[in-house]
Amino acid sequence: MAQVPKADELAKVSHRPPETPWTETPVEFRPGTFCYGAKPKNLEVVGLPNPREWNPADEDWKLPDNWKDITLNGMKDRLDKFRSFKLFMDICVRCGACADKCHYYIGSGDPKNMPVLRAELIRSVYRKYFTGSGKIFSKYAGARALTERVLKEWFYYYYQCTECRRCSVFCPYGIDTAEVTMMARELLNELGCGIDWIAGPVANCYMNGNHLGIQPHAFKDMIEFFVDEIEEVTGVRVEPTFNRKGAEVLFITPSGDVFADPGTYTLMGYMMLFHEIGLDYTWSTYASEGGNFGLFTSHEMMKRLNAKMYAEAKRLGVKWILGGECGHMWRVINQYMDTMNGPADFLEVPKSPITGTVFENAKSTKMVHIAEFTADLIRHGKIKLDPSRNDNKIVTFHDSCNTSRAMGIFEEPRYILKHVCNHFYDMPEGTIREKTFCCGSGSGLNTDEYMEMRMRGGLPRANAVRYVHEKHGVNMLACICAIDRAVLPPLMNYWVPGVDVTGLHELVGNALVMTGEKKRTTDLRYEPLPGMEDEEDDDV
Amino acid sequence: MSLTDYLRQNQKAILKDWFHAVVDSYPAETAAFLKKEKDPFANPVGYSILEGLQGVFAQVVEGAEQEKITPFLDRIIRVRAVQDFTPAQAVSFVFSFKEVVRTRLEGDGRLQELAGDLRTLEAAVDQVALMAFNIYMECREKLYELRVEEVKNRTARLLERANAIWESQRKGEGSREES
Amino acid sequence: MNASRSIIFSLVAVGILVCLPLIGVAAGMTSFFGVIVPYLAVALFFIGVVARVVRWARSPVPFRIPTTCGQQKSFNWIKPDKLDNPWDNKGVVLRMILEVLLFRSLFRNSRMEFYEGPKIRYASAKWLWLGAIVFHYSFLVVLLRHLRFFSEPVSSLVHLLEGVDGFLEVGAPRLYISGLALLAGVAFLFLRRVTIPQLKYISLPSDYFPLFLIFAIAATGVLMRYIYKVDIVSVKELTMGLATFHPVVPEGIGSLFYIHLFLVSVLFAYFPFSKLVHMAGVFLSPTRNLPNNSRMVRHINPWNYPVKVHTYEEYEDEFREKMIEAGLPVEKKE
Repeated sequence: MAQVPKADELAKVSHRPPETPWTETPVEFRPGTFCYGAKPKNLEVVGLPNPREWNPADEDWKLPDNWKDITLNGMKDRLDKFRSFKLFMDICVRCGACADKCHYYIGSGDPKNMPVLRAELIRSVYRKYFTGSGKIFSKYAGARALTERVLKEWFYYYYQCTECRRCSVFCPYGIDTAEVTMMARELLNELGCGIDWIAGPVANCYMNGNHLGIQPHAFKDMIEFFVDEIEEVTGVRVEPTFNRKGAEVLFITPSGDVFADPGTYTLMGYMMLFHEIGLDYTWSTYASEGGNFGLFTSHEMMKRLNAKMYAEAKRLGVKWILGGECGHMWRVINQYMDTMNGPADFLEVPKSPITGTVFENAKSTKMVHIAEFTADLIRHGKIKLDPSRNDNKIVTFHDSCNTSRAMGIFEEPRYILKHVCNHFYDMPEGTIREKTFCCGSGSGLNTDEYMEMRMRGGLPRANAVRYVHEKHGVNMLACICAIDRAVLPPLMNYWVPGVDVTGLHELVGNALVMTGEKKRTTDLRYEPLPGMEDEEDDDV
Repeated sequence: MSLTDYLRQNQKAILKDWFHAVVDSYPAETAAFLKKEKDPFANPVGYSILEGLQGVFAQVVEGAEQEKITPFLDRIIRVRAVQDFTPAQAVSFVFSFKEVVRTRLEGDGRLQELAGDLRTLEAAVDQVALMAFNIYMECREKLYELRVEEVKNRTARLLERANAIWESQRKGEGSREES
Repeated sequence: MNASRSIIFSLVAVGILVCLPLIGVAAGMTSFFGVIVPYLAVALFFIGVVARVVRWARSPVPFRIPTTCGQQKSFNWIKPDKLDNPWDNKGVVLRMILEVLLFRSLFRNSRMEFYEGPKIRYASAKWLWLGAIVFHYSFLVVLLRHLRFFSEPVSSLVHLLEGVDGFLEVGAPRLYISGLALLAGVAFLFLRRVTIPQLKYISLPSDYFPLFLIFAIAATGVLMRYIYKVDIVSVKELTMGLATFHPVVPEGIGSLFYIHLFLVSVLFAYFPFSKLVHMAGVFLSPTRNLPNNSRMVRHINPWNYPVKVHTYEEYEDEFREKMIEAGLPVEKKE
């Protein structure tokens, strides 16, 4: 009879890593834990180097012959251009404060997901080629040579960081792993070793204005589709305009809201709100994407994609720009846009035409966050809200990483939430606000082949949701990020069934009492409003 | 004293042994973290495992029905189904319970005395293992279902719209034919 | 390199460093170890640190990337978090002061524990913060106390410090708390590294070496003061000579002193080329030392360069027909 291994043996075989130090443990590309490599056509569109068919799981990555020089020169260039990079390579003392702060580490247990070690992956190479001690003492100084194995390790782990910046909150020197990851991804992209889920949207956004590559007429058509839907629910016909010169405000939101639920309901919420207050605004089909996957590619690509916002605002002659609910889009707007593509001196300091509030905090960028805009409306009592329409929703709020740790918009969305619904409960301290846990799929990792890793990374977030789900009966997870709206539903479906996901302005849309509206019986999802369950039946 | 009483009395120690046996299937530095970190929000993996084991233990000892065990098993397996484990590794923690109990009984010199009861318990654990495998498969299928759904939903509205257009065109064509 | 090899390597390195002056002094190289090495070390320290800071400063800060850890400044009816999300330089200075003097980010490392039952505890996560505070501040006090050897008359501040430090008033010479605290701090930081598996996994020889070095420095200092006393008058003669640039090497100072002095010299010389420069680096960290005001004030990137973009004109050229057909306004009508 064949020898059947004991259960114990099976369990232990091959999992506990060999007692080798991390510098000498290679990565293993297992399906579900890495993203597909960038396809050549997507790299060619934007002129990124080394386009070719390749698969990260293959032995041969078809690197250019001088890949090592390219990488080392690239490192040198970035060390000279970014103080952050140079500093973060030098000053880490490996105190370990960040170690257990990463959602990927918490969820996967893979030691190389500790932020300190993630950074050491590139730091060790930095020491080898750019510091005296590393050149002399080599591995005794924590230095190691750049090899293909190291490069593969970079690919694996720098596309396993969502650039959420949670570790940087706890670092005594403010070392930001997101910054290190961004540099590493720039270097990988110089060799054509990006992932397709980022390269594709970048190429589409560059040519067509949005991530899916939707052409102008189809974009308009989609928005108009929601005009019908809104009319069906409310009886009010909203009238969006496109590429209209002379509008007061240009509105830009992530295109995900146009094509996929539940973002679409948020989109309907925006349009209902703008209609109700009579905002003079226009959509743009050219700048039809708020998101910017350039941020996940390189600083240059970020700038190339972001340029459309100001260019379009200038062409249309609007006074200022209003931005929808999105996480990384707001990191770009808050920390990069004005520097990269400003000054926006052709625009005016944003002023709400409804309340007269001047948005002093956006006086240079001239771009206002929709949560700021709406909170101001509510504060001034300019819109009529009936929060009881959301009474069947027990809501909690997920702070998105980028708006939290690269902007700090915490109170505005909560203020709105408290006015549009009656049941709101925050998740436990330590899992929200600046310490919020990532959805596990940010920074361009929200692709389906990566599902297993996403579920791991999202576990800490889901676990906190589960807590309020069990304690307060929370059944709705609100957020202000398009990637969240796309990835939290599967996350909830896996870990906490019974919790749905919504954008903030979907709830606003539900609660908004519109002039001339019919008696509403359903919410924007065609689900009966609380107390209307029977009337819904009558309708049918 | 029956085995059930023995287990009740030694619940804490046995659970601890079992928990350690499960957690030791992770890398050393992670295992230590899972054991040490007491904040359930900072350590959801360790917390899920501990909570799950406690539940499974209680239900098995009390001879509860399958449905009652399922949610606790689910807590553990749902985590392990997305981590770097083979299917066998993911569910093997159930079997280690047998080993843990046997070792402890041996240590206390009670193995002979309770051998009969132990056989019954081990049969029950085998049943739990089979359930564990079902849950594992459910979780993995769920993952693939989520993938498919996500791909569909990504462009759901576009497709819906496209279908609507196609339908209306067909209607339009139809009316032309009639006229 | 695994942990045990890293530790052994660092131990051996410090061992060799202890032996060098021992042998050297026995061979009569007192002026080398008493004068030349200290001068070289201090020179290396200053030049090294300045060079390091200049090297960092030469790289610009192209983008304003503070880590925001509190509410942004928006409306006057929402309270912004001045410290954790500063919008002006005043807030940044306060944030930096708290960061540098009180290690505020480490302090943040709190967590609730309600594992079993409702009992909530906060303490455990503060150990690192406490250890770091004890280590750094006792080191500072020890350093300042040593000014006694480099000034005549001794400043009243040093007297005051000594008074506070020795407030227990036990032993002769009086026991200083700082020396013991420093030893305890170093021991804690070391034990942390070897007992917490995650930390053990990430630690390099360059993490152990400075700990051993500082431990050896503190230990030799304590030994000299309380047990194997050295001729303190001659020591002061030597140190004053160094401070006034009229170096003299008095006879008969115990070799323990030379070991101490040599190890301190090594620490100074090693400082700029190691992770110890975090002391200088923390001031330059762009995620901490910038206000989150990039929407109010335009931040300038000195190397901002024009990039290739897909212009509206190119876009319209591609889609013009479809746009016209869909009723979208266009710039050119054909």
